[in-house]
Amino acid sequence: MALLEVDDLRTYFTSRRGDVKAVDGISLAVERGKTLGIVGESGCGKSVTALSIMGLLAPNARVVSGSVRFEGRDLTELSDRELEDIRGRQIAMIFQDPMTSLNPTLTIGLQLTETMRRHLDMSRDEARKRAIELLEEVHIPNARARLDDYPHRYSGGMRQRVMIAMALSCSPKLLIADEPTTALDVTVQAGILDLLEELRDEHEMSMIIITHDMGVVAESADDIAVMYAGQIVEQTNAEELFDHPEHPYTEALLGALPQVEDENVRQGRLTAIPGRPPDLVDLPDACRFAPRCPYASRNDSCTAKMPELRELRPGHLVRTAHPASERQGAPVPAAAP
Amino acid sequence: MLKFVVRRVLWTIPIILLVIFMTFWMMREIKGSPFRKSERAVPAAVLANLNRKFGLDKPWYVQYGKYVKDVATLDLGPSLVLRNQDVNDIVKEHFPVSAQLGGLAMLLAILVGIPIGIISALRANKLTDYIAMLFANLGFAIPSFLVATLLIYEFAAQLRWFPTNGWDTASSKVLPVIALSLGPMTYFARIVRGQMLETLQQDYVRTAKAKGLRWKRVVVVHVLRNSLIPAVTAAGPLLGFLVTGSFIIENIFAIPGIGRYYVISVSGRDYSTVMGITVLLAILVIVANMIVDILYGFLDPRTRDART
Repeated sequence: MALLEVDDLRTYFTSRRGDVKAVDGISLAVERGKTLGIVGESGCGKSVTALSIMGLLAPNARVVSGSVRFEGRDLTELSDRELEDIRGRQIAMIFQDPMTSLNPTLTIGLQLTETMRRHLDMSRDEARKRAIELLEEVHIPNARARLDDYPHRYSGGMRQRVMIAMALSCSPKLLIADEPTTALDVTVQAGILDLLEELRDEHEMSMIIITHDMGVVAESADDIAVMYAGQIVEQTNAEELFDHPEHPYTEALLGALPQVEDENVRQGRLTAIPGRPPDLVDLPDACRFAPRCPYASRNDSCTAKMPELRELRPGHLVRTAHPASERQGAPVPAAAP
Repeated sequence: MLKFVVRRVLWTIPIILLVIFMTFWMMREIKGSPFRKSERAVPAAVLANLNRKFGLDKPWYVQYGKYVKDVATLDLGPSLVLRNQDVNDIVKEHFPVSAQLGGLAMLLAILVGIPIGIISALRANKLTDYIAMLFANLGFAIPSFLVATLLIYEFAAQLRWFPTNGWDTASSKVLPVIALSLGPMTYFARIVRGQMLETLQQDYVRTAKAKGLRWKRVVVVHVLRNSLIPAVTAAGPLLGFLVTGSFIIENIFAIPGIGRYYVISVSGRDYSTVMGITVLLAILVIVANMIVDILYGFLDPRTRDART
């Protein structure tokens, strides 16, 4: 049994225009000690998926159906107090913006120790000692002295390191990192990713990395799920995805990735994906990517009916009528299957 | 921190000088005289004598210079209208009454207003919130003289629980304190609610929840502290004004506070009394603001760094 199994999860937001189907039937599994990458553009539902798992949804959002099984328990059925016991202890989370994710009026030390004191039954002194070790573990220099500093004295990269230390303080089994490097300088990003990978191995945890950046998951993920408009459109292991992408959207995402090594690409422009994602209130019955898909033509079945998520090869799921391996030549639209 | 306090204290000196100057200038600009009453003309010789006695015949800058010197030695001078009374005596006798009234009203406003704001925010858009905010908006909108009149009618005249006026017994203080505190109380409730709702949306509150902290701790440790900052900001000047007396409340309840003297002395052109009370008010507001600034440092460590 996998550590975390999400089955047909649907999370909707209430709005005046109707339900916003932010997450619309996704299934995922995270194995012990492995990293799952969830990739997609802004608004595709990747963060809402994470918040649904954590039970941290905004008041206007609700899990409509599906289950989130963590070690066999369905988290969507737990009470608030039961969830509080799991959050921070079994499943920890770090967020996109380290500048606003720490409380500006409390010291780093207090924010670090309060998690441990909540979950681990530690004394103040024990927690402080452990907090210093944790700060050293995330490579904060002069950790003992910096424990009583307030967050505004830390740089963005250092704050994200503190967030990571905080998330790891109770040795959770699963760490969810929601865009952990997006708000950071490019020079700092690699360091944070290396650190996450290093700590995952040390602590033997599983990880979910949520990002819009294929480059981020390329390095750290074992499996990757590509999301589009609330659904998973392609899901397989990282190597397979990068070597043999099948979904036109995945291909487009990879095309949007700058490749410094490649002389030709460097001279050319990055490929942008034309169009916008569909309105999540009023979704078409057809494939949600069809309007932006270079292979879909008007009389295709996929412009009338949503393609199923099918197993193209063992362990490689894809939701499209035009996977790369079924196209004859490219990028000319293929005949309908 | 000490350097900051010293600098703040030194800064109050030019501010007080400016306040004295502005009041001095405005009172002279209203024209009129403390000695001329409409019913009966004062003989010219008497007027000249009075003017000489109080130094009003001298050029304004001489008068101003003498006044500032006197204030520096804590002498607010004689009243120009109330015979044989010094402004110091008036302040000594009546200010403690106003200070007590204002202080109690402020205390009540804080003790009731802030919890109302907190509860409203935590029950946002539920029935409790609607009732609390209805109360807050009514309390804010209804002028204090109307509240005072209603309170007297209901609790003094009808139910006879409290006396209608005076400031001698504990029970006589209940109604004026309530009447005076209602405005600031509802003001506190509204700003605390607004700030709480904003703080609840902050990323760091989500972080606190993600850490699995109990909801009570999230609210007390992570939300409350950051939500009280605007209330503290508002409390400084508010305390200054409440303590220097409310003319309306003091008048309705016949309380011998300083607020009444303030208004009477303006219409009577009692220059020295007006000036004395104004200077007192200015000092109180300045001191209250200074306390607020120092409290700020405790509530928000970022401002502590910005100063050094």
